[in-house]
Amino acid sequence: MATVETERRDPAPGRTPRVRRLEPAAIGAVLWRELTVFRRYWRSTTFSSVIEPTIFLLAFGFGFGALVSRVAGYDYIEFVGTGVVATAVLFSSVFPGLFTTFIKRRFQRTYDSLLAAPIDVEELVTAEVLWLALRAGVYGMAPLLVAMAFGLDPAWGMLVLPFIGFLTGFGFAAFGVTIAAVAKSIDNFNYVTSSVITPLFLVARTFFPIDALPGWASTVAQVEPLYHCVELVRDAVFGFQPGADLLHVGVLLVFALLMWRLAIWRLGLRLID
Amino acid sequence: MRRPAITLRGVHKRYGEITAVAGLDLDVPAGTCLGLLGPNGAGKSTTMRMLTAQTIADSGEIEVLGHRLPRESKQARTRCGVVPQIDNLDFELTVRQNLAVFARLYRVPKAERAAAVDRALETANLTTRADSVADELSGGMRRRLLVARGLVHGPELLLLDEPTVGLDPQVRSELWTLVDELRSEGVTILMSTHYIEEAERLADEVAIMNEGQIVARGRPQDLVAQHVGREVMEIYGPAAELLEAERHATGEGFATRRTGPVLAILGAERSNGALPDGYRRPASLEDVFVVLTGQEVE
Repeated sequence: MATVETERRDPAPGRTPRVRRLEPAAIGAVLWRELTVFRRYWRSTTFSSVIEPTIFLLAFGFGFGALVSRVAGYDYIEFVGTGVVATAVLFSSVFPGLFTTFIKRRFQRTYDSLLAAPIDVEELVTAEVLWLALRAGVYGMAPLLVAMAFGLDPAWGMLVLPFIGFLTGFGFAAFGVTIAAVAKSIDNFNYVTSSVITPLFLVARTFFPIDALPGWASTVAQVEPLYHCVELVRDAVFGFQPGADLLHVGVLLVFALLMWRLAIWRLGLRLID
Repeated sequence: MRRPAITLRGVHKRYGEITAVAGLDLDVPAGTCLGLLGPNGAGKSTTMRMLTAQTIADSGEIEVLGHRLPRESKQARTRCGVVPQIDNLDFELTVRQNLAVFARLYRVPKAERAAAVDRALETANLTTRADSVADELSGGMRRRLLVARGLVHGPELLLLDEPTVGLDPQVRSELWTLVDELRSEGVTILMSTHYIEEAERLADEVAIMNEGQIVARGRPQDLVAQHVGREVMEIYGPAAELLEAERHATGEGFATRRTGPVLAILGAERSNGALPDGYRRPASLEDVFVVLTGQEVE
């Protein structure tokens, strides 16, 4: 064993660490950890986030698009090409929120190790959700590029899509973290994926319009966040409608804030006894 | 006198029907190594978790490095290093990256971070494995990395929770050397353990914990003198004979304990031929442990 120097234990004047709520240093450390781990996985993540929308576009575009050429005033490829952005944002935020959170909490005990250091649950959850939201913002663009290859025209409005993806991803990542904190086992996720996530993304006007669905389905769509994401994405690509779009942003903001606080509360109950 | 690094007063913690910590009072003087010795389930780990506010006490007062817990726990944690019982390394990250995450968490200034990580690597003798992924390390190396991670910011107080549990003897003695070096540098250490030898070797003082309370506290040799005397007489033989010898010894006013086929008579130095013949040996901390906790040593 090597000898340890003594001087490093001397108190360093003027170096007292700042301690308050939501410290950037604590959040930054966790973001740095995520980025470092991600550098090992970016290839597989990138692969699946490009291949998946390609398959969706091929399947729906050619399969379904052969039957219908125009939907709700759009070319079908435009309709699906934009809808798939929202699904990519949803999947790339809610599923890592569910699975990686559960694994880090339950099996790797990563959160226990972090919380022994000067970081609290609020900072930890904020950092984890922030990271997934950033990822969702970036990877939500993959289907758009694929859709452009399929014939979607570029538009200036597309430049705001990463922000829409970030905002939506923040809410859904926090939703995933909340469920991962409540769930006793990974099997429990099945209840949520089949009863919440699947219906959410189907009634959100991603692949087909919802006018033909029963009235209650469109009511559900109005209050569910993904619908507002889909609408925002379409408006960003085909032309903003300021009034409606502000409402969409508002709903997504409220959802993100609500889920963020909920995730902090539930994960705190799990990690601190 | 310096203020204690850790103070616990009347601390209670219950989990439903189970009381993990039942009115714990404990001081850890600054600059010393205290061994928290107790059988499994005595409440050692709960106590350790309370010191980082990962477990919140139901009642009682806890102070760490002058900070009141749980309110000022984050301040206290910046000056503490923690080595957990469970291996919770980031197995996907390299040794260096594992340390770097914690250097950031512990607010080591950017300019000093690389040096701090190098120093921790050196302390734990892991410099040559700096770029190995943690998953590829042997059990002993992983444990050393856990210690290095708790030291990366040069803490004033080190909390070691069963630091050598499940390690082979050689790795264990390596870790003991490391802990001993830290102690000689003046780092305050609180170490929970259920290995008697570990406590005897490393700790200035030992606190024996049983059923959520401290049942004895002092320097190992004082505890031995106080609770079991200088010598122990061990008698081997068939059960019936031992039973007879035990009755005889207790009749003469000696305390005894049974460990499988062995009867141990405590304080044997006081006997004037009144005890049956057996093997005399010096009393040890192990005897104290067994007498006070009623539990056998692993």
